Amino acid sequence: MFDTVLPYLLSGISVGGQYALIAIGYTMVYGILRLINFAHGDVFMVAGILMVYISASGIPLYLSIPLVLIITAGVGFAIERVAYKPLRSAPRMSIMISAIGVSYTLQNLVLYVTGGLNQFYPSIPFISQSVTIGATSTRMVTLITPVLTLVLVIALVLLINHTKIGMAMRAVSKDFETSRLMGIKIDNVITVTFVIGSFLAGVGSILYFTNYSTVIQTSGAMPGLKAFVAAVFGGIGSVPGAVVGAFIIGICENLLKGMDTILIKAGLSKSMLGITTFSDAFTFALLIVILIVKPTGLFGEKQTEKV
Amino acid sequence: MSENVLHLENVTMQFGGVVAANDVCLDVNEGEIVALIGPNGAGKTTVFNVITGVYPPTNGRVTLRGKVIAEDQPRGKMRKLYAGGHAYEYPHTVNQTPDRITKLGMARTFQNIRLFKSMTVFENVLVAKHMNMKAGFFRTALHLNGAEERRMREDTLKLLEILDLTDVKDEIATALPYGKQRRLEIARALSTNPSMLLLDEPAAGMNPQETEELCAFIRQIKERFGLTVLLIEHDMNLVMDISDRIYVLNFGALIAEGTPAEIQQNPDVITAYLGVAET
Amino acid sequence: MIQAQPTIKPKKLDAATIITIAIIGVVYLLAFVLEQVMPATSMLFTVLKKGATYALVAVSMNLLNGFTGLFSLGQAGFMLIGSYAFAILTIPVAQRLSVYQYYDGGLVQFSLPWLVAIVLAGLFAALFAFLIGLPVLRLKSDYLAIATLGFAEIIRAIFQWDKIGTLTNGSNLLRLFPTFADFNVRDESGQVLVYWSTFVPFVIAGVCIAFILMLINSSYGRAFKAIRDDETAAEAMGINLAKHKMIAFCTSSFFAGVGGAMLAMYANSVQAKSFTTAMTYEILLIVVIGGIGSVTGSVMSAFLFVASSEWWLRFLDQEQMIGAWKVPLLRNGFRLVVFSLIIMAVVLFFRQGIMGSRELPDLFRKRHKLAGKGARKA
Repeated sequence: MFDTVLPYLLSGISVGGQYALIAIGYTMVYGILRLINFAHGDVFMVAGILMVYISASGIPLYLSIPLVLIITAGVGFAIERVAYKPLRSAPRMSIMISAIGVSYTLQNLVLYVTGGLNQFYPSIPFISQSVTIGATSTRMVTLITPVLTLVLVIALVLLINHTKIGMAMRAVSKDFETSRLMGIKIDNVITVTFVIGSFLAGVGSILYFTNYSTVIQTSGAMPGLKAFVAAVFGGIGSVPGAVVGAFIIGICENLLKGMDTILIKAGLSKSMLGITTFSDAFTFALLIVILIVKPTGLFGEKQTEKV
Repeated sequence: MSENVLHLENVTMQFGGVVAANDVCLDVNEGEIVALIGPNGAGKTTVFNVITGVYPPTNGRVTLRGKVIAEDQPRGKMRKLYAGGHAYEYPHTVNQTPDRITKLGMARTFQNIRLFKSMTVFENVLVAKHMNMKAGFFRTALHLNGAEERRMREDTLKLLEILDLTDVKDEIATALPYGKQRRLEIARALSTNPSMLLLDEPAAGMNPQETEELCAFIRQIKERFGLTVLLIEHDMNLVMDISDRIYVLNFGALIAEGTPAEIQQNPDVITAYLGVAET
Repeated sequence: MIQAQPTIKPKKLDAATIITIAIIGVVYLLAFVLEQVMPATSMLFTVLKKGATYALVAVSMNLLNGFTGLFSLGQAGFMLIGSYAFAILTIPVAQRLSVYQYYDGGLVQFSLPWLVAIVLAGLFAALFAFLIGLPVLRLKSDYLAIATLGFAEIIRAIFQWDKIGTLTNGSNLLRLFPTFADFNVRDESGQVLVYWSTFVPFVIAGVCIAFILMLINSSYGRAFKAIRDDETAAEAMGINLAKHKMIAFCTSSFFAGVGGAMLAMYANSVQAKSFTTAMTYEILLIVVIGGIGSVTGSVMSAFLFVASSEWWLRFLDQEQMIGAWKVPLLRNGFRLVVFSLIIMAVVLFFRQGIMGSRELPDLFRKRHKLAGKGARKA
């Protein structure tokens, strides 16, 4: 029984870590700007495409990986400057529409450049190696992802709690206006937030696409949406919350994918129930339940509006 | 002895660990003008918000002409945190929404003017009549309620005339000068046909001349529409001039109640506002 | 300047309105006449039919997002419900076996007239909206957006589930139901005598949009705008938020469902997987370009959008040669890139969109003393 569940559990932990790296970007940006960055999932996808093209142009991996990460961080920075900064004083709907516009633009740009054909992600030695655990065969990346994710998250939490810029970020997410009045350079804080978020999404994309190996312009949509749900689930604005939420979603989603098989193996069902189709919908159902039951998420704080 | 309109009993409002209003007891009777005063942050708007259903009280009861419109006692997490008085005497939970309370005849204005920004002066006042409309959704949507619509518009025009806003009726509400915006807020509240009016700092931002005009204005509409008025105000001239009775709040708790003359002499009130004299 | 006629009369039947009505009349006449004289396969009619459909859906979205201020991203889900409801209810009984080939002819074994089915399509969508709205409408704007988006995805997954395939045909497409082309009057040999296939969608969309316009100009419309401008104040003025939000949501979804039915009649086939979030995004962008808060804007923008994407900007997708020189950049997909950039430009620099919050008659009126006429900040 455990052998049947294990592969799904492992892939769940792995994809959970990848979602976590994306979710952090969502939660940090929302915490500071109260903006759902609809384009973040597409930045993740762009990182994947960049790797395909950069590595295809002959640059060796030890250079292309850092290059991809730097460029992705740059893309995040550029998007903020061009599409969000000018709308900072506009009503909330405008900036969200801008985010949707950026998402649409990124997808169309990639569609144009790639011609809509599946792009194959380069195989990165070591992490794409096969590894056997128990009776299951999986790849190195499945084991590395959670570890790497935790390391990066711990580093980020340390940064937020023990550095000056981290303190600035915390201040801005608590009270935007007052932080400005206290002399905090808002633009820098926002830039750092977007850069960190995009960088982590880049790391996430390397891990994710090593597993899934094809990249097209729509590859960022679902992971992006799921990562966002993870952020809301964990309590939007909270980095640890986003991570916990992401792992839970990754694991549940994969268990659901294998639910038909698991149920049959456990003798609880005679035929395939087709529950697998709902593994994606599960994430949204979870979102709706959370929004209704506890909108502030697992680790979020309640905020009352002053009338 | 005139009939009681509004009655607050042991109303406490607590946000997390902060007690914004503590055990407030308050009465407003028919035809009175009652003022609620106190230093900034004393909890006056909080009390308004409880009365109008914006916040459910943490503890206590509010009745409007005998009908309970808000009541509760500490529940859940608040049971441990509760720091007010008279807990657990109000077992029922009643929490009328603001729109229901307005329908019961109590209308309010806001401290920070909350006009409908995209609508004209005329439309702002007209929309307040929507709640009293008899026609149903389909009849209204298909414009089969012509007579009623015409009547609502006529009444709106009349009200604008009384409040001297006819000349600006087709301006976008936020384009008006500040004083007129305040008058529009009051006009809009009056448009709901209330019997009781709650004014939150109506004189905010006005100079002495405007405040005097406001004083006469409030008296005028009270007489004309047969209103009972409860107001929050900082301007002492206005308060002393216009009020029949005054309640004084400090740090969420009532420290004094009485006529203007009594309040002016009250040592606690003087301390609250001016501090203790140095000796 | 004091107006001669005070605003007692709800409708200003002034010159501007009359001109507008005349223009609309001419457009309808043209739509009919042109189809009789031009070749039926002309791109113009594709644009007109799809444009009318998208115009209705855009207006329905504007009602919710633009006029009531409820940022909902669930439109594609309600269009899907409407599409499926229409298709399922109108496939002729004789054809059901071939359409539902994996499901023994399917569950539904009757067939309704198209007009009844369109209304039912809207009603089903409105019903789903009611159920979804109960928990979701009290959420704050950003959360409402994601929740409705989530519901649309769930609906899409459910409609592809093969366990209910006897109703929905699972992941196979539905076809052979009545389409716009079926409205053409033919003689015995199959030759078309009178073309109605463009006029009918115009009429359907026109009637629906007229209802929405009337709603917006009624007391309920004012209540919706009040909710958009300031919820707290609206509630204080006696407007029941839950009830009115629900009315706006269900009305908008009803017409999204009707739009879905029209889409089915235009596309000749219905498949759940085409109703993606990208479709909702496109409708939202149409609304933004037209002007949030302008019905005219949504209609114009819908036709412009469809015309550009199906017809005018097609050339950007084809490789062009000037003499012996190949024009760079022009190849498949460039059209969408140009599109996206135009949209970003509008979102960033022309937030009012084409019409701001004005309607067609306002274009013909002399400028009043209205401060901020039409320049409501998007």
